[in-house]
Amino acid sequence: MAAHKSFQGATEAAALKSKEYRGVSPIIWHIWRRPFTWLIALVGLAFALLPALGDNVQLRESLLLAAVYITLASNLNIVLGYTGYVNFGNIVFFGLGGYICVYLVSEWLWPLSAAALIAGISVSLLALIFGLGILRLRGAFFALATIGVNEAVKAFVSNFEPWGGATGIYLSLEVYEPLGGPRQALWTVYFLIVAVMTGSLFLSYAIKSSKFGLGLLAIGENEDAAAVLGVHTPLYKALAYSVSAFLPAIVGGLFFFKTGIIEPGGAFDLTRSIETIVMVMLGGLGTVTGAALGAFLYEELRGVLLTTEAFSHFQLVIAGLLLLGIVLFAPGGLMGFIYGRWPRVRRLLA
Amino acid sequence: MTALLEVTGISKRFGGLQAVHDLSLTVLDGEILGLIGPNGAGKSTVFNLINGVYPPDKGRIVFKGQDITGEPPYRIARHGLARTHQIVQPLVGMTVLENCTVGACFGRAHLPLGPAREVVREAAEIVGLTDRLDDLAGQLTTAGKKRLELARALSARPELLLLDEVLAGLNPTEIERMITVIRRIRDGGIAILMIEHVMRAIMSLSDRIVVLNLGGKLAEGTPREIASNPDVIAAYLGEPEPTAASRGV
Repeated sequence: MAAHKSFQGATEAAALKSKEYRGVSPIIWHIWRRPFTWLIALVGLAFALLPALGDNVQLRESLLLAAVYITLASNLNIVLGYTGYVNFGNIVFFGLGGYICVYLVSEWLWPLSAAALIAGISVSLLALIFGLGILRLRGAFFALATIGVNEAVKAFVSNFEPWGGATGIYLSLEVYEPLGGPRQALWTVYFLIVAVMTGSLFLSYAIKSSKFGLGLLAIGENEDAAAVLGVHTPLYKALAYSVSAFLPAIVGGLFFFKTGIIEPGGAFDLTRSIETIVMVMLGGLGTVTGAALGAFLYEELRGVLLTTEAFSHFQLVIAGLLLLGIVLFAPGGLMGFIYGRWPRVRRLLA
Repeated sequence: MTALLEVTGISKRFGGLQAVHDLSLTVLDGEILGLIGPNGAGKSTVFNLINGVYPPDKGRIVFKGQDITGEPPYRIARHGLARTHQIVQPLVGMTVLENCTVGACFGRAHLPLGPAREVVREAAEIVGLTDRLDDLAGQLTTAGKKRLELARALSARPELLLLDEVLAGLNPTEIERMITVIRRIRDGGIAILMIEHVMRAIMSLSDRIVVLNLGGKLAEGTPREIASNPDVIAAYLGEPEPTAASRGV
């Protein structure tokens, strides 16, 4: 029994130490001291400043789309990359967030930021409820269920008269007045989207560095083994699903406020869902840098393809080929390749 | 010595196969209980029933005086029960350190990340994996993966450890080392229920042994009693020749 005490005793000491960690909120403390945190801040700053300094509207529009996709890809990565669940219907968060926000702004005359925040919270709660249900499914069945969720919501919204049914909601120009008129509003919305994008990168990184993230990664590796080790798998999966809905819903609200129109086809576009999956896989599943880089590169590539006469109708063909190529030849994506070649980079990035 | 784990009359049927039938066993505080039996006797199923992978059809499982029958594995792990798998289940894309940290973070210890890493270092030292902590689990040898299973279970600071054939596939030197490790763990105050086919090891390690055959209990007793029990010799150790029994001891 004396030996028993010594082994347990040493671990008690470690447990005591844990109180100190708790005092300063370990995750914040951990990521604050990491260079990667500052890299994220720098990316956010660059996105905000580059178009603003030259008053370059064209650059702003291109970066806005990139920022939207980086947000979608980073959050999808929490479910797809960390937890290992293929969420084909991830765009439902974006569309539903867009609808709630646009509706609150146009009908209830709410200020944009409050409407977007409520959109984020309500979609996140809905995702938690859905998640507890459909995450009992695994593999292909889960993937199919997520498509089902997106299509069901789309069908519901198409027939929901308060939201304009199939024609959707058009915003009148007056809603932009509180933000200093349409021209100024475009800039404000852009900065907000960049802020949400930066927040997404921080969130991805914080989750990956946390105990919660460790549990998700363990589920992604081997769900049964994770449960045997004590990971509350049903709860963790549902939380991941719910967390990954929050910022996409907000960015959906901002995006559709900016475009001034939202209708079911554009809001719940399955193609966009699939493209987001391609982005994450292109950059590297489960890596913060990869999801963001993949989204940025894919969005830029698409920009080039769309404006090139010969390719403008083949954008999806290229996406399909790209996905096939990644799955077959580079399952680790760009970051997988980089980490494989220069393992030291792994310590710097996440 | 009080009972740490009390299994009473559990049964489990898979389709037409009665895998476990009306089995009762007790693990006392601080002891090593061996669970042996021929292939297909239902040993691994007993483990899966105890740690909640499947609920039993009948019977009760009480751990530390608390009824845990039918609870899911993640809850049972939190009560202080950890296990290794016969077919190793490493989280291959994660390092040895990360694998064990999962055990320390989510098992009975339930530590935050920082302190969890300290506990993992202790566990890794006990099983001899200290210099492999930063390697990916998928890169370990079979013996390495067996040790990882053990280190990961140990990182949870369990009160009861279920070891499912941790010696299988190891060479004689590795077996010797592992036996020392298991003794050390028991001496550290952790009770062990172990399934093993390596007779020499189970006979020397166990305080008591339960023999399973066709899903039910065939015999129970000290290693000496088991080795000389004619039913056991007939069902498990082979033909009842006197040499077989003496070799078993």
